[in-house]
Amino acid sequence: MISLRHVSTTFAARGKEPVTAVDDVSLEIPRGSIQGIIGFSGAGKSTLLRNINLLQRPTSGQVWVGETELTSLSSEQLRQARHQIGMIFQGFNLVNNLTVAQNVELSLKFAGVRDAAARRRRAAEALEIVDISEKASGYPAQLSGGQKQRVAIARALATKPEVLLCDEPTSALDPFTTAGVLQYLADVNREFGITVVVVTHEMEVIKALADDVAVMENGRLVERFAAHRLRDTGFTPATSIGRYLVSEGITVDRSGPARQTVSAAEQTQSPAERAEATAATGGPGESAHETPDRILTTVQGGGRL
Amino acid sequence: MSWETIIQRLPEIQVAMLETFAMIGVAIPLAVLFGTPLGIWLYNHAPGGISPTPKSHAIVSGVVNMVRSFPFLILLIAIIPFTRLLVGTSVGTAAAIVPLTINAIPYFARLVEQNITQLGPGAVEASRAMGATRGQIIRNVLLVDAKPAIIGSITITTVSFISYSAMVGLVGGGGIGDLAIRYGYYRYETETMIFACVLMVALVTFAQWSGTRIARWTDKRVTA
Ligand SMILES: Nc1ncnc2c1ncn2[C@@H]1O[C@H](COP(=O)(O)OP(=O)(O)OP(=O)(O)O)[C@@H](O)[C@H]1O
Ligand SMILES: [Mg+2]
Repeated sequence: MISLRHVSTTFAARGKEPVTAVDDVSLEIPRGSIQGIIGFSGAGKSTLLRNINLLQRPTSGQVWVGETELTSLSSEQLRQARHQIGMIFQGFNLVNNLTVAQNVELSLKFAGVRDAAARRRRAAEALEIVDISEKASGYPAQLSGGQKQRVAIARALATKPEVLLCDEPTSALDPFTTAGVLQYLADVNREFGITVVVVTHEMEVIKALADDVAVMENGRLVERFAAHRLRDTGFTPATSIGRYLVSEGITVDRSGPARQTVSAAEQTQSPAERAEATAATGGPGESAHETPDRILTTVQGGGRL
Repeated sequence: MSWETIIQRLPEIQVAMLETFAMIGVAIPLAVLFGTPLGIWLYNHAPGGISPTPKSHAIVSGVVNMVRSFPFLILLIAIIPFTRLLVGTSVGTAAAIVPLTINAIPYFARLVEQNITQLGPGAVEASRAMGATRGQIIRNVLLVDAKPAIIGSITITTVSFISYSAMVGLVGGGGIGDLAIRYGYYRYETETMIFACVLMVALVTFAQWSGTRIARWTDKRVTA
């Protein structure tokens, strides 16, 4: 369904070092699947996602969605093609001065649905899918984060797209609300066969939702594996970054003896480097808090905080 | 304080008020009419806008800054030939409207540009992803979300130009501010000056009050 072929994106600002946010990524995403893309902040996940609908045009490489090579289209053709590609964002990006229903109708208007009555009807249907019809005449400011994201999903679905791109769709939500939103994404994938691409830094989201995981680091796609393998106890990703991401998460130890100083090297280590160090020594050795399969970030009571 | 003086001046005060209304009533709508598209243009073509053209943006932006930084009295005199061309005369209320409008357009345009820029890129990005045209984004998203702020800008412009209009006495523009200057400053009729100033304060207060009400009424970003 989606095919990225040797896609690279470089940002060149005058007077600054050019940044290669996406570095020669090739990725095939089958129709009807849910693709997770995970990596640390700055890995290039958002840029790669925005490459798919050409919100960010790649510097080189080809982007195919369905039978169409988007990278070869004129801007008018691209605009038309985007009606088949929905997108939701971490910050929801609703129009605050329009009602919930009007926000959803907007995507239909942009898609060229001329008949106002048809727009209203289809917007109502879309709101129905995410169970938020009762808020139709309210404004975004009157909704919770989870409700806003559901409206954004309805807005993206109203044009009946084949693809739904999600950039950190639940990163602004609490775990409970996250579960609700992910359930809706799973439902629309199953019911309508929509191909879903989810960018996130939360492994929980991937575990819950994805069929396949792509791991990014420094703009490169460093590893891919089937998401169900995350449930195998013996599964260990091949790359250190993959191992860090499947680890259970951040642990903060507040019980140990107070340390006087934290070495500069330790402070500047990125999580990936810590993961590397952990992998090399077979555990977080010197700090002596033996929690074998966790990454341990030691922050003691009186020192750094 | 003698009320007789004021009562004696009432006919003149009435005329002056009408002149002020005429100046503001023509200059501000014209500033909104031309300043809004100019402000949108500035937003649109700025680096990081919807269709950036840094070079022409720099030129237009420079012209806008130039007009805005001209001391109003100098602008008033400098454009007299243009004023004469446009309204056939260089004195009187009609002639005063021209420099007021010319000064108000870039003033208002900058405010509109700010109002739109402040919205942030989120909704624009979502609209682009939905395949909206540039015109659709401006009409259906930017102007909709910036509307309360733009109404605020109309209020600010109106208030500023009520006070600017006091300076157009130099070209015989008249108006209540000019009346205050003429009677208070040149003729030492303190009563008339104070009364005219009170009227101006009332006018500004009313403009501000109604502007704030309308802006709040159109703003759906906060739950009332
Ligand atoms: N418009 C831009 N101009 C210049 N540099 C950019 C731009 N967008 C992204 N970058 C750079 O590209 C790199 C990748 O950014 P990107 O937003 O894709 O990362 P990300 O993986 O989505 O991170 P996060 O998890 O923080 O959202 C970063 O170094 C970022 O600074
Ligand atoms: Mg991102």
